[in-house]
Amino acid sequence: MALVPPITDLEQLKGHPALGRLLGWNPAAVAGAKFDRDEMTIWVERAHIREACAILRDDAECGFNFLSDVTCVDWYPAEPRFEVIYHLLSIPNKERIRLKVRLDGASPAVESLTSLWPGANYFEREVFDLFGIRFTGHPYLRRLLMPEDWEGHPLRKDYPVEGYR
Amino acid sequence: MILNMGPQHPSTHGVLRVLLEIDGETVVRIMPDIGFLHTGIEKTCEAKFYQQVVPLTDRIDYLCPMTNNLCYVLAVEKLLGLEIPAKAQWMRVLMNELTRINSHLVWLGTHALDIGAMTVFLYCFREREDILRIFEMASGQRMMTSYFRVGGLALEPPLGFFERVREFAGRFPEKVDEYENLLTGNPIWGMRTKGVARMTAEDAIALGASGPTLRGSGVDFDLRRDMPYSGYENFKFKVPVAQDGDVFSRYMCRVRELRESIAIVQQALDGMPEGAIKADAPGIVLPDREKMKTQMEALIYHFKIITEGFAVPVGEVYQAVESPRGEMGYYVVSDGTAKPYRVHMRAACLANLQTLPKMCEGGLLADVVAAIGSIDIVLGEIDR
Repeated sequence: MALVPPITDLEQLKGHPALGRLLGWNPAAVAGAKFDRDEMTIWVERAHIREACAILRDDAECGFNFLSDVTCVDWYPAEPRFEVIYHLLSIPNKERIRLKVRLDGASPAVESLTSLWPGANYFEREVFDLFGIRFTGHPYLRRLLMPEDWEGHPLRKDYPVEGYR
Repeated sequence: MILNMGPQHPSTHGVLRVLLEIDGETVVRIMPDIGFLHTGIEKTCEAKFYQQVVPLTDRIDYLCPMTNNLCYVLAVEKLLGLEIPAKAQWMRVLMNELTRINSHLVWLGTHALDIGAMTVFLYCFREREDILRIFEMASGQRMMTSYFRVGGLALEPPLGFFERVREFAGRFPEKVDEYENLLTGNPIWGMRTKGVARMTAEDAIALGASGPTLRGSGVDFDLRRDMPYSGYENFKFKVPVAQDGDVFSRYMCRVRELRESIAIVQQALDGMPEGAIKADAPGIVLPDREKMKTQMEALIYHFKIITEGFAVPVGEVYQAVESPRGEMGYYVVSDGTAKPYRVHMRAACLANLQTLPKMCEGGLLADVVAAIGSIDIVLGEIDR
């Protein structure tokens, strides 16, 4: 299982059903793609993430009907600083895909997926709690794991591991 | 009336607080409140070497440590592009299925105890003790095993290990009959579980439920069979599915899984390949003690791995395994250094807990306890 370099060329990858479907819908919504270690990653423009997920969920061929996970990576001090990461699973096709949205550090916000999958609720609250990303349209965006009166967002890279004392 | 259940309540399996709005005996609204066990494990991982994260993964879900070990090491091995020897893979499967039985036994015992069947608890913990002794024999630890390492296993299974597992696997099926005799046909058990806390397949998928919580609603999906990892494609087993979506369905799924798991253990024992238990990857896998005493290179590699760790190529991986509770996923991001840039755990329980309002609202207050038991939550995993 030797490692092969990732493929990032959209032309080469557009045979992938999910990417093909998104490019066919709106090429401007796709900001990039990567096929690495047998995993497909698509970068989606921030404004289009909810619609893109809706298309992948409802498309008969793709069938990504299960939202596995929502999380975030902080690339501080680089900009755009945050990447919100969605892992979708297709139960009928037994296949996974990863969608990513890049967000600026100044005021990171992205549309909530709770209207598509109510299960996004806790995942998004966790990301809001630990990274400070706002999910617009979320029904109950409050801290999930940290105490209500906690200051700061612990999983950000500029937050010290041992906390503030 | 607003009622506060927990955080220290015997039926919440840890420290779960549930806010209940009730109208007489009927639950109008229910809201779980979590975070009491949050320890920031994901943040801690970022400050450790890759191999130092393994013991942390045990502590997320203390009822299935090996499943978490496995998921994490598979993710790192995928990042590294490591090939794992067959014996290590089969041992991992064997230990994982024992872990599943261990976890299901704790679930069954406590779930029955919550609903009022006291004896089952004692029966379940009797067999669980045998499994913990097997774990102790292999890894030196009963619960926090840390038995899997990046690249293979920590130790060769000791002499007499397979005989002991075989002996356990031989007598376990009749123990499952014992549990079933106490519960499955029991009219009180039936009244407390059948038709209680129902959830449809559509709701289960929309809410992100997985594992027996999903299969109890009639969705036939199991990662071990449908997206195999660690050599599960070599094993023959059925995936129990029940259609009713109530507490009893989820109970039946897990009890039947006990039987399937022990069948997998038997297959693993019968077909256990010979060979190495660690990948041939010096610089990543710790050398044998014996070699360290005789070979200079082995000593140097040992020193380097311990003091500097090993660098992992840039990339990201999402690896999911079927834990006893559902889809346990590790998302590991590497920036090319010896410490993970980000480790995220997709906890099956966190998503499963979201189904609680769907199950309980409109039902009776007493059924909340049955519903919480039936989704088999572990708060350590939810809060991380």
